[in-house]
Amino acid sequence: MKLILKVWRQKNSSDKGRIETYPMENVSEHMSFLEMMDVLNEQLISQGTDPIAFDHDCREGICGMCSMYINGEAHGPDRGITTCQLHMRKFNDGDTIYVEPFRAKGFPVIKDLTVDRSAFDRIQHAGGFISVNTSGNTQDANAIPIPKDDADKAFDAATCIGCGACVASCKNASAMLFVSAKVSQFSLLPQGKVEAKRRVLNMVEQMDKEGFGNCTNTGACEVECPKGISLENIARMNREYLKASVASE
Amino acid sequence: MATLDSKIPAGPIKDKWTNHKNHINVVNPANKRSIDVIVVGTGLAGGSAAASLAELGYNVKAFCFQDSPRRAHSIAAQGGINAAKNYQNDGDSIYRLFYDTVKGGDYRAREANVYRLAEVSANIIDQCVAQGVPFARDYGGLLDNRSFGGVLVSRTFYAKGQTGQQLLLGAYSAMNRQIGMGKIKMYNRHEMLELVKVDGKARGIIARNMVTGEIQRHSAHAVVIASGGYGNVFYLSTNAMGSNVTAAWRIHKKGAYFANPCYTQIHPTCIPRSGDYQSKLTLMSESLRNDGRIWVPKNIEDVEAIRNGSKKPVELKEEERDYYLERRYPAFGNLVPRDVASRAAKERCDAGYGVNKTGEAVFLDFASAIMRYGSEKATVLGELNPTPERVRELGEKVIENKYGNLFQMYEKITDDNPYKTPMMIYPAVHYTMGGIWVDYNLMTTIPGCYAAGEANFSDHGANRLGASALMQGLADGYFVLPYTIGDYLANDIRTGKIPTDTPEFDEAEKSVTERLEKFVNNKGTKSVDHFHKRLGNVMWNKVGMARNEQGLKEAIAEIRQIREEFHKDVFVPGGMYEFNPELEKAARVEDFLELGELFATDALLRTESCGGHFREESRTEEGEAMRDDENFAYTAAWEWTGDPGKANLHKEELTFNEVELKQRSYK
Repeated sequence: MKLILKVWRQKNSSDKGRIETYPMENVSEHMSFLEMMDVLNEQLISQGTDPIAFDHDCREGICGMCSMYINGEAHGPDRGITTCQLHMRKFNDGDTIYVEPFRAKGFPVIKDLTVDRSAFDRIQHAGGFISVNTSGNTQDANAIPIPKDDADKAFDAATCIGCGACVASCKNASAMLFVSAKVSQFSLLPQGKVEAKRRVLNMVEQMDKEGFGNCTNTGACEVECPKGISLENIARMNREYLKASVASE
Repeated sequence: MATLDSKIPAGPIKDKWTNHKNHINVVNPANKRSIDVIVVGTGLAGGSAAASLAELGYNVKAFCFQDSPRRAHSIAAQGGINAAKNYQNDGDSIYRLFYDTVKGGDYRAREANVYRLAEVSANIIDQCVAQGVPFARDYGGLLDNRSFGGVLVSRTFYAKGQTGQQLLLGAYSAMNRQIGMGKIKMYNRHEMLELVKVDGKARGIIARNMVTGEIQRHSAHAVVIASGGYGNVFYLSTNAMGSNVTAAWRIHKKGAYFANPCYTQIHPTCIPRSGDYQSKLTLMSESLRNDGRIWVPKNIEDVEAIRNGSKKPVELKEEERDYYLERRYPAFGNLVPRDVASRAAKERCDAGYGVNKTGEAVFLDFASAIMRYGSEKATVLGELNPTPERVRELGEKVIENKYGNLFQMYEKITDDNPYKTPMMIYPAVHYTMGGIWVDYNLMTTIPGCYAAGEANFSDHGANRLGASALMQGLADGYFVLPYTIGDYLANDIRTGKIPTDTPEFDEAEKSVTERLEKFVNNKGTKSVDHFHKRLGNVMWNKVGMARNEQGLKEAIAEIRQIREEFHKDVFVPGGMYEFNPELEKAARVEDFLELGELFATDALLRTESCGGHFREESRTEEGEAMRDDENFAYTAAWEWTGDPGKANLHKEELTFNEVELKQRSYK
């Protein structure tokens, strides 16, 4: 395959940034998108120029590190995958492909396609946990049966990989899908109910502080989410938030 | 020179850990506030250690090279975590888990450590459930189990194919709570590049801020290395791209012995490689072997036909297939341990029966399981005479529930639908049992420097059983280190803050700066990856699944050659004081190039076959691996002398009082 790549280059956070054009030849359809980027970087290095910086690590769709905005979609044209799982067979010979970083006020660019997502960590610090210390005598794991449906739903919410595709896809740069996934996981489990009120209030407050927008039910986040996290979680978070805001202690 | 004292407590094995905990020193809560601990790595071991130490009251500084602790590679573990809960009432016990682990490790692990691991395993599940980890449950709301290779009971807890993710997010949430309270100071995108010793004790690290390039000094009263394994020395492995040996190698060069570097686990079920551009290999969880049957065609003509596409694998009749694991190992069948399954696949492929174009693939087939589950489900639904199509439909649903995400992952990568046609798999480097030598307290040969999780060598011997890595990482971090580190730190309550404006820190910082300057000023012509790929090639071909004397000697010479060329000819674009991923890689590959030689040296010395280490010279008449207990029932701990090929060997003799040494048999 022959391709034309239009890649966002930005030296650092204070640089203005621009699109650069790189023609590519002999791209195999079996390559992953990141392997194609590796080949391009090898070419750039052999020409003595600066390779394109991009985040990546596990390359099997679970660490959440890779974060490219390809042809106007977070993680590119395929569904239910991260950039590292996108394969070149999804493109055609002669295509022009635009590659940009995830863009949001809450995700400042570090370099090229690499962005700073530490805002997500700070939201988790605000309440994304159950306050239990490591203990040598926790009660037996089977002491509290959990209905399978609840456990499964909690699991589905917990599979969020924190990549930020939801934010990048949202016209409001809202982080509601991300935050609601954690809120839902814990609100569905008996262990998490104890702190449910405080958790949702604190996490939402931190989310707002980080500059993420509000949800207007467009649903783009759900479509682009590599793990298929459902919009239901946002509805559940809104209910939890309302309950925590209006109900007395 | 340090001596090897494993500090195994006296007494009967089942009382050792309890007695030890009762008699070691503890630090009072007020004093913990004036003690700092550095934790490098935030996977299951590092994350759980950092959280637990902070809960106890220590000031923790945690470091990870990723942009968030949640991305550590533990996240990618799929299948499950073992625990001796005996919820299935199938005869499991602490002793049985201990026995399976020692046997699975081919009798090259330390009994006392393994027993402790089995002992705390049940508590790990309790702890994780309390943290809100959503394990799989049955309709009664209780926890579900599955079975894994090399054992005869069902003791593996799981969260679909994302168990590692869920456990790591549990540890991450515990860390988040402590970060929010200011008890953990988290350094994301920071890489440890040197250990600082003061008066022989580990007292800090030199780290690089990977965003700004700033070289920083961090001091502490103890340093915990939980930086994972070194499988990426093979270039291609199931490890993450960033996984590296640097933290472990840096402490090795400062005096920590490196134990059994040649013990590597080659995982039998990975997606075969497709081309030269390949950057990593993807694992398909071992749990698939619960329901998948592994085979190649019996007749070489069928192999040819499948390769050239004139025949489809589903067209082959039962009698035309060779289910070679079931044939060779009737007792364990498709659930033999990983090393055995990997070598058996290699044996068939070497004999010419590989089923893809590269000749390096075997089938993993779910057809029987789909039909079996389908008819069970039909019975449950009261459908008395379902059509085969209906049975298949129901069966596929069941399989989807169990392994949906793995099947999806497979299809995305290969463009094949594994519900309709068998998967193709081949072994790949997955885990390193070797690592930094530690005593019973998880302390290395450097006082105050600890190693936990995959970074240490301690619990898996020469081969790790499935679902035991998660168990060990969390055991070390939640339930072992928090106790044992207190024993050491009890002597530091009056030390006060460790200053960083000392000659020791000056010296360490200088060496890091000079090393990095050398890279960016080296006017070479080849990229870092060029050298890494060459190293990986040598490792895979000569130090891989089967090793022999001649190949290992060649490997050592070739690695030295590559290392020399690397230093002369590597080109690192960009500067030091900026975000520079190529510079990060250069430092990691330099360490791999040294480790690779020690790895091959260790493999050369060990002329026996044991676990993941298979020496072609040491096998039975049937071709199975043969141990040599008389000469090799020891841990090889290597001391750095300035040249990886001339490391000093120290032996820790292994004694087995609870388990009788036997040649492993899974027949």
